[in-house]
Amino acid sequence: MILLFLIASFSISAYDTPNDAGSSITLKFSSSLPFISGEVMRKNSDGEFERMASICSSDSSWMDNFTVDGVEYFYKIVLTTEEGIVTSETVSAVSSPQWFHKGRTIMLVMVILVCGFILFFIREARGGKELYVRPIAGIEALDEAVGRATELGRPIMFITGIMDMDDLQTIAGITILRRVAKKAAEYEAQVLVPTSRSLVMTAAQETVKEAYYDAGRPDIFNPDNIFYLTDDQFGFAAGCDGIMVREKPGAIFFMGSFYAESLILAETGHSTGAIQIAGTAMPSQLPFFVTACDYTLIGEEFFAASAYLSRDPLQLGSLKGQDWGKLIFFALIVVGTVLMTFGITVIRNILMVR
Amino acid sequence: MKRQIPLLITFIVGIVMVVQYFIPRQPFAGLFDTFNQWFLIIAVFALILGLMNLVRLHVQKLRRMKGGWGYSIILLCGLVGTIFTGALWGIGTGSPFNYVFVNIQQPMGATMFALLAFFIASASFRAFRARNLDATLLLVAAVLVMIGRVTIGALIWNKLPHIAEWIMSYPNMAGQRAIMIGIALGTVSYSLRVILGIERTYLGGE
Repeated sequence: MILLFLIASFSISAYDTPNDAGSSITLKFSSSLPFISGEVMRKNSDGEFERMASICSSDSSWMDNFTVDGVEYFYKIVLTTEEGIVTSETVSAVSSPQWFHKGRTIMLVMVILVCGFILFFIREARGGKELYVRPIAGIEALDEAVGRATELGRPIMFITGIMDMDDLQTIAGITILRRVAKKAAEYEAQVLVPTSRSLVMTAAQETVKEAYYDAGRPDIFNPDNIFYLTDDQFGFAAGCDGIMVREKPGAIFFMGSFYAESLILAETGHSTGAIQIAGTAMPSQLPFFVTACDYTLIGEEFFAASAYLSRDPLQLGSLKGQDWGKLIFFALIVVGTVLMTFGITVIRNILMVR
Repeated sequence: MKRQIPLLITFIVGIVMVVQYFIPRQPFAGLFDTFNQWFLIIAVFALILGLMNLVRLHVQKLRRMKGGWGYSIILLCGLVGTIFTGALWGIGTGSPFNYVFVNIQQPMGATMFALLAFFIASASFRAFRARNLDATLLLVAAVLVMIGRVTIGALIWNKLPHIAEWIMSYPNMAGQRAIMIGIALGTVSYSLRVILGIERTYLGGE
C-alpha cells in the first residue's frame, strides 16, 4: 500500500528532444517524496537496464544525448528513500532529428517579412520610383573631412575596427573606405589604413587601389599606406595612437567594430585636432564616439552609409524596406506594451524566440 | 568571372547560413562551426601576409633611416625574439615565451587599458559642459548616476541609488534598445544587399 502510494507520487515521461539534430531523448520527472539518491536506468528493446546517470532532489529533467535515432529506448528511475527502494514506471521514446526549429518560427516570419519589404522596395526602385532618404550629417561630412585634411596638407587616417572580415561592420567600413579613398585620390591626398587583421589589410589594399584607379590617379597610390599592425587589441590602439601623434592626420575615420580601445583612439585623435567621423554598431562604444568625434554614424546609419553615398536606387530601396521593418517593430512595441500593461501576454508569448 | 565567382560563393554561403539557423538536423547543424573553422584556416594563412607586410615596412624604414627608425629595431627584435623563444622552448608555463608574454606583453596591454580612465575623465569633462538644454540634461543625468552608484551617494540622500538605477533601467535602456533594433534591421538589410550582390564594394570594385 505504501509502495503504491510512493509510485503514485512519482511521475516520469520521456520524449524526443525537440528542435535538435537527433540522438537525444529528454526525460522529465517529478517526485514529491524525499529521496537519498536517484539513478536513471536505460535499456533498448533487447538489452538489460543499465545505469546512465545520478540525479538529485533538485533535478526535474535529464537529457540522454547518446541515443541512436529510430531505436526505441526504455527508461526508469530508481530512488533510494528512507523507506526503501522505489522504482518508477518504465517509459519509452525514440529520438529523431527535426527539419525545422519550431522555437524560431517567429524569427523566420520576421525575417521573411523584413526581407519581403526590402525586396519589394528594391523592385520598386528598379522600376524607377523616386525614393527619399533623410539627410545624414555624418555621411554628408565625409567629403568635407577629406577636403579639410587636403587643405591642411595632412594625410587621412582610416581605421576599420579590430575585427576580421567575418564581421559585417568591417565590411561596411571597407565600403566607406572606398568612397573616402576615391575622394582622397581626386584631391591627391594620402590615406593611411592601419589594420589589426591581415585579411582586412588585403581587402583594404584592393579597395583603395580600385578607388585610386577609379579616380584616374593610380600613380599616387601607395600600397605601403595600408598596413598590418597587430592582432592585439591594445597593441593596435597604441600603434594607431603613435601614428596619430607622429603623422598628425587632418581627418580620422573610425568605421567598424570597436571595443574598449574606441575612446583611447578617439581621444588621441581629438587631441591632434583632426576632424573625426566615427561609425559603429557597437551600442556600448557609441557614447564614447559621440563625445570625442565631430560626427558619429549611429548603428543603422553606419550600415546605410554605402547606400546613401552610392545613390544606387537598388541600395536605396533596401533602406526603404528597412524603414518599413522598423515601422512593424514600432507597432508591435506599442501594442505589446499596452497589452502587457493590462496583463495580456499574448504578444510576448508569440514573439519569444526559444 | 573574377567578379562572378566571389559573388556566387557569397550568395550560396549567405543563404546556407540563414537556412542552417532554422534547420537543426545534419548536415545543416554543423555548418556554422564548419564555416567558422574554414574562415580561421584562411585567416591563419593570411596572417603570414600581415607578418610579411610588417617586416617589409619596418626593414624599409630602417634602410631609409626614416623618423622613428629606432622603434622599428625594437619591433623587429621583439618579433624575431618571440618567434624563436616560442619555437625553441615551447609556450608552456615557465618557458621564455610565457615569461615574455606575462612580464612584457600583458603589462603593456594593461597600461594601455588603464589609460582609458584618464581618457574617460577628459571626454566626460567636454561632454558634460552645460552649453544647451540637451547637454544640461546629460550633465544632470550623469551626475545623478555617478553619485548614485558610489557609497557616498546613499549617505547624501538614500534615494539617490534608486534614482541612478531608474535612469539606467528605463530612459537609458529604452535608448539602447531603440539603437539595437535599428542595428538589427540595418544588419539584415546590409546582409541582404551583400548576399544578393547589390553591395559589392568590399570585393574591390563597383
